[in-house]
Amino acid sequence: MATSVQISRETSGAGAKTRPGTLVGVSRVVVDVVLKPEISDPQGQAVLGALGRLGHDSIRSVRQGKHFVLEVDGTPDEAELKQIAETLLANPVIEDVELHLTTD
Amino acid sequence: MRIGVLTFPGSLDDVDAARAVRLAGGEPVALWHADHDLKDVDAVVLPGGFSYGDYLRAGAIAARAPLMQDVVDRAKQGLPVLGICNGFQVLCEAGLLPGALTRNSHLHFRNRDQVLQVERADTAWTTDYSEGQRIVIPVKNGEGRYVAADADLDRLEGEGRVVFRYVDGNPNGSSRDIAGVTSEDGRVVGLMPHPEHAVEDLTGPSTDGLGFFTSVLKAVVAA
Repeated sequence: MATSVQISRETSGAGAKTRPGTLVGVSRVVVDVVLKPEISDPQGQAVLGALGRLGHDSIRSVRQGKHFVLEVDGTPDEAELKQIAETLLANPVIEDVELHLTTD
Repeated sequence: MRIGVLTFPGSLDDVDAARAVRLAGGEPVALWHADHDLKDVDAVVLPGGFSYGDYLRAGAIAARAPLMQDVVDRAKQGLPVLGICNGFQVLCEAGLLPGALTRNSHLHFRNRDQVLQVERADTAWTTDYSEGQRIVIPVKNGEGRYVAADADLDRLEGEGRVVFRYVDGNPNGSSRDIAGVTSEDGRVVGLMPHPEHAVEDLTGPSTDGLGFFTSVLKAVVAA
């Protein structure tokens, strides 16, 4: 089964470079991993149940995922990052990936 | 017959697995995840536990351990491999078995004696059972819900790759009550329940688990 990998690219301008703690020459890549829509998410459902008990009745659904922040020396190699995301950070049987690249 | 038991950081049931091998008449051989040395074993057991604390996903980091590369290479040449619980998760993460194990549908850790139906009695690890036989062995997991895409499940069923099914209640919400699956060649088997905990009347609910370890000794001789 193929993992769906969505890649978004943004130009940082004042963004990544001026982020506190970000080193010059180091890029920041964000990888979000979410369960495929057809895989049930009991943890998300438990959170939804808690929200209902707290009176947040307008929340229709919750899907829980993982958020990775990678700091990369130099310019990120998109193909390499895609491979990392598909082969380790996500399990293509059950998860999809969103890769957020920030470039200068 | 030398049966390797692979220990990762966080493995828990490697000692019980080694003991089951010994009770079945085999020679257990301790294997360490960080070595590149399979020590001339005739088969490998990946034991239960929480390798690498289940970080990232259960079994995900263990599946990339140095010795697992050797296990994957040799398994593709027919080395019998049994993955129990966390070991099953490792085999799925390593791509030796299809599907994935996810959080139990009810979110509870489930620990109980479990009835299984044997669906395949011709894999390297199940010849001492008969098809349709029911056995009782412990199950204990928090992330044991077997999932795969419907089309993949249909294909697995069509190819007879389901080795065990849960009977009298599905403990974790696994698709189609699947408790264990096998590779195309029937040499690699993974299951969530623990046969190594059912090898002596004193300590287990039955001795039904012993058959895994006696079966593989015959499979090794026959190979």
